[in-house]
Amino acid sequence: MAERYEIRFSGAGGQGLITAGIILAEAASIVEGKHAVQSQSYGPEARGGASKSEVIIGDAPIDYPKATVVDACLAMTQEAADKYANGIKSGGMLLLDSDFAPNAPEGDFKVYYLPIMRLAKTEIGREIVANVIALGAMIAMTGVVSREAGEKAVLAKVPEAFVDLNKKAYALGFEKAAELLA
Amino acid sequence: MAKKVALLQGNTACALGAVYAGCTFFGGYPITPSTEVAEVMSEELPKVGGKFIQMEDEIAAMASVIGASLTGAKTLTATSGPGVSLKQELIGYACIAETPCVIINVMRGGPSTGMPTGPGQSDVMQARWGTHGDHAAIAVAPASCQEIFSETVRAFNLAEKYRMPVQVLYDEIVGHMRERIEFPEPGELEVIDRAAPTCSPEDYKPYDAKSDTDVPPLAAFGSEYRFHVTGLNKAADGFPTTKASLVDFEERRQIAKVECPEARADIESNEEYLCDDADVIILAYGSTSRSARYAVNELRAEGIKAGLFRPITLWPFPEKRVAELGKQVKAIVLPEMNLGQMIFEVERIVKNDCKLAGVHRVDGEPINPGQIIDQVKEVI
Repeated sequence: MAERYEIRFSGAGGQGLITAGIILAEAASIVEGKHAVQSQSYGPEARGGASKSEVIIGDAPIDYPKATVVDACLAMTQEAADKYANGIKSGGMLLLDSDFAPNAPEGDFKVYYLPIMRLAKTEIGREIVANVIALGAMIAMTGVVSREAGEKAVLAKVPEAFVDLNKKAYALGFEKAAELLA
Repeated sequence: MAKKVALLQGNTACALGAVYAGCTFFGGYPITPSTEVAEVMSEELPKVGGKFIQMEDEIAAMASVIGASLTGAKTLTATSGPGVSLKQELIGYACIAETPCVIINVMRGGPSTGMPTGPGQSDVMQARWGTHGDHAAIAVAPASCQEIFSETVRAFNLAEKYRMPVQVLYDEIVGHMRERIEFPEPGELEVIDRAAPTCSPEDYKPYDAKSDTDVPPLAAFGSEYRFHVTGLNKAADGFPTTKASLVDFEERRQIAKVECPEARADIESNEEYLCDDADVIILAYGSTSRSARYAVNELRAEGIKAGLFRPITLWPFPEKRVAELGKQVKAIVLPEMNLGQMIFEVERIVKNDCKLAGVHRVDGEPINPGQIIDQVKEVI
């Protein structure tokens, strides 16, 4: 079987987690030339409700586009953690927002906490970049793409005026997660 | 030179495929999970001198596509199951009036509005028999973003060549997922344009068939070629007739033009993966075939000789090849995101030659490889 690496981003609709998944898939498939598929699942609401985005990355074409056993999962809200932080493989990892998703579900995986929304507000001054902080953190924790590939994909996605803001957010997420692992 | 690549959603790939094929008119009405096709067409068509119009409803959208096609344009509409239900009367009109057009159906569950954001494959029989009366149908079912692009191009080719509506069926999963796409260069994929009449305008008859499988050329309405268009049974000149021999000839010709052996060989398209020595075939189409391929690899690793047969053209259904496979294998397992539709087509073809078992799901979740593997193990 070809190797698959499966990442799930989950949170509330409107938090930009589908975008985070798209950026990761671009970093893997366009910047690094691997195979990647990004998919998503959401309810009928435009905002709110739990939403998830999944990215499968591999060295060979990806057949089944949804997660089978999740290597790494992010949950930005408690509702998302309760609904989507499942199917994580033994020895896998879960990253939770310490303020908005304080309770980790039980399982044989490592759990990490970062105050992602708070970091966006206090360190960057804009809550809107929480998804980019989360993306930086997930890339640091999984190493599924390089730090540079992730940054390149983030910056390719944002308008000129927001390049510095997103660069800062990505670096903050990456470094905070690296500190957690150290 | 390296090809242009991008990470694209299936629906975006569909719209860009339509533009590649030479589509210059889109008439539609937004509906999840197909809306991005309309969004991208509204951006792309003005760049190529085309026209985009959002109509007041699904029915009017289908009418606009037929009208624009008659004037000579390659036309597209995109919708989901509920929209196709509303379009059925006019799909029949496009069949009998022999008007080329492409209808994208990004399938969700049903009946009625069902679950808009969940995937389904419950429109495959609707694509065959949704409109009333005896008629031929062409439908294709791509399974990846790249294939949505190329099959949309092929759908336009088939619509123009066979002068009829062609449906492209894929579901929410491939419609909304993103994959890397390599853009074909101009000329890399075949693009078929509509055959123009060679006779003088005064001699032109819109349904002047030369044989019982012929597809007569369609002139552009509004040009010097003047003709009558109707949903009634008609004679070669396009005017209504009730003469039994003419009605019978036309009814049969419009089916035979698609179902005669030459046309079937041209239209049918399948992918076979590890079928040659297979004891069990998983017959799957669209996104479900991706789960099936995963299952085949797992089963092979366990020593079970499984293969994947994937019809890319759903209609006309690949009867001959499926009949052959039915004689070769011990069992066919057919997963589909409905409660059993294509399985009955396969049952009709393989009869008692092999065992046949379905895997069905209608809860808005995809059929996962594990479900298919379990069914294969149970049936063999």
